[in-house]
Amino acid sequence: MALKTPLARVLGLGSAKSGVDHWWWQRITSIALIPLGIWFVWSVISLAGSSHEVASGWLQSPLNAALFVSFVLAVFWHAALGLQVVVEDYVHTEWLKMAVLIAIKLLVALFSVIAVLLVLRIFLGV
Amino acid sequence: MTNRPLSPHLQIYRPQLTSLLSVAHRASGIFLSLGIPFFVYWLWSLESGQEAYSHAREYLGSFIGRALLLLWSLAFYYHLCNGIRHLFWDVGVGLELDDAYRSGRVVIAAAVALTLLTWIAAYMARGAG
Repeated sequence: MALKTPLARVLGLGSAKSGVDHWWWQRITSIALIPLGIWFVWSVISLAGSSHEVASGWLQSPLNAALFVSFVLAVFWHAALGLQVVVEDYVHTEWLKMAVLIAIKLLVALFSVIAVLLVLRIFLGV
Repeated sequence: MTNRPLSPHLQIYRPQLTSLLSVAHRASGIFLSLGIPFFVYWLWSLESGQEAYSHAREYLGSFIGRALLLLWSLAFYYHLCNGIRHLFWDVGVGLELDDAYRSGRVVIAAAVALTLLTWIAAYMARGAG
């Protein structure tokens, strides 16, 4: 006998069978960000106060460009997942919660695309 | 909808090291996320050329710029160290209350030490270059 009411089913309440996805990706990105984050911060230090030529030259190395894009994707994704939890915990007005969650996802996606395109342009020297 | 408190109900909870560090983990995460637009701006300036880049360098090197970078670096190291603490908890290590307090103090010390080390290194790199 199903214990869930028909209304709950229609509203999509209960397990969606992919509940661990969020938790799992937050861990995967966090593990990736341990080395990537340390690499990024120490790269920024080595670039502190350096000229445009030196800084763009740094990003034109294939290894640096690859790590930079990886860092951008991991950190932006991690941020989106983290902000989502905070919003879900503290925003209880349903329409507002949805609006903020969608805005976070879209903004982070937009910033990711912009960042990756900028890195590509610098990397290719166009 | 009933108006009952749902998640971490901070107002009625007596502050203690473990809960304060938990709040700090969220706060530092939010603060780091706010850095994303600034990070993309810096990247854009690097792509745009010398003039835009020197403007960005000027802003970041200003007093407010440096203060923000200092806070971001502290938030980064705190979130990193406490995040590692969380990963240990995820596999069931260090969940005893004594251990949680001890690792909490280690995280604070590590975050402060790494931040200081980073800024000393940054000024030395700048001086050398």
